[in-house]
Amino acid sequence: MVKELKAEVKKLNFYYGSVQALKEINLPIERRKVSALIGPSGCGKTTFLRCFNRMHDLYPHNRYEGEITLYPDNINIISPEIDPIEIRMQISMVFQKPNPFPKSIYENVAYGLRVRGIRKRAVLDEKVEKSLRGAALWDEVKDRLNHLAFDLSGGQQQRLCIARALATDPRILLFDEPTSALDPTATSKIEELIIQLKDEVTIIIVTHNMQQAARVSDYTAFMYLGEIVEYDKTDRIFTAPSNRLTEEYITGRFG
Amino acid sequence: MSTVFERELEDLKGTVLKLGSLVEKAISDSIKSLVERNSKLAADVIDKDPQVNALDVEIDEECIRLIALRQPRAGDLRLITTAMKITTDLERIGDIAVDISERALELNEEPQLKPYIDIPRMAEIAQGMVRDALDALVKGDSALAREVLTRDDMVDNLNWQVFNELLFFMIRDPKTVSRAVKITYVSKYIERIADHATNIAEMVVYLVEGKIIRHMAIPGAK
Repeated sequence: MVKELKAEVKKLNFYYGSVQALKEINLPIERRKVSALIGPSGCGKTTFLRCFNRMHDLYPHNRYEGEITLYPDNINIISPEIDPIEIRMQISMVFQKPNPFPKSIYENVAYGLRVRGIRKRAVLDEKVEKSLRGAALWDEVKDRLNHLAFDLSGGQQQRLCIARALATDPRILLFDEPTSALDPTATSKIEELIIQLKDEVTIIIVTHNMQQAARVSDYTAFMYLGEIVEYDKTDRIFTAPSNRLTEEYITGRFG
Repeated sequence: MSTVFERELEDLKGTVLKLGSLVEKAISDSIKSLVERNSKLAADVIDKDPQVNALDVEIDEECIRLIALRQPRAGDLRLITTAMKITTDLERIGDIAVDISERALELNEEPQLKPYIDIPRMAEIAQGMVRDALDALVKGDSALAREVLTRDDMVDNLNWQVFNELLFFMIRDPKTVSRAVKITYVSKYIERIADHATNIAEMVVYLVEGKIIRHMAIPGAK
């Protein structure tokens, strides 16, 4: 079967001022699959993830080189001509800690749509419901959509953030350690959700929990010192990696 | 400095080797009991089989515990799955040594049909295969494991030779049939030992290289 790519990273370098954090990264991102980025703290995986939706543009002196091509449009998402605000709607991020806005459940999900200028109540209602269903939260909140998002539990808040990310029909969903602040039950709900979501959207996840990468991802990239050391199918990485460094990290011998 | 888990894996290897050495001894004693007509030794092999069975269970339990508690990955995972599979083969070799000993007990009750020449040769090759496959495991030497695989044909050929020779005895003199059939069994048993040694060697290749090489001759198999 021919792989269908959603994005492709080509010779990506990234600098925080004069410090080079990512070195010559090449990586295919397959469409409607989950790709996991693993590696020891400080290896650059979060920095890499943040390139995908131009989060680094929020700070001066940050600099990208190379390309992240988004398919099928064939646009380079790190090119200065591309509007980062629009990119963030198409490539949304779910963070480590749930970060709902201090608004109602409904308004959290509708937020991105309102930014896009959608005002029609019927359209918003439909999108909000669809997104909440997509994030497996609808049944738990449908009777209290006007309640403040902070009334929800941590796991529910995280699923609300996923619903918020889904509302703008993103092409890629980025997860930055999405369960590190959650208990095991909430974690397994999020993991199930990630696996379901890949039917519709391409997913990239950064995780410190190797078992989580093993459970949810189709492909795994092992990063070290700002470089991709090894990229392969997840089952290959976890049973017989080719690189000695990967082997040592995977088996807990270093990192 | 090694971690608790690394020590557990070393201990696991040690237990597999302990099982391996028990089984190697069982093979050589069972053949010796036949060739030297030593029924006491044959009975001894049969009596010791429960030790082999106990170690088989102990290794399985330890592997299951390590999978549940340590979530092994990559090389560690391959070592544990290899240990589980190798143990099954070793335990079966132990059972075969018991079978050989039982036939030896029966054959020792009757006059010897002929001097045993090919049987000890076969047994020596098969036992060497078991020993070297385990040696390859300890050293992580997949070249040695692959070399072990090449010896299986020698044992198969000897088995065939023994069978034909005994067939000739049986045709010539029907009174030899009972003994000849039992010796044919022994020959077949040894051939099975070589097959189990082959399985072990293939698992060692998997352990070291991460490649499953079983059934390579079958079209379409990876």
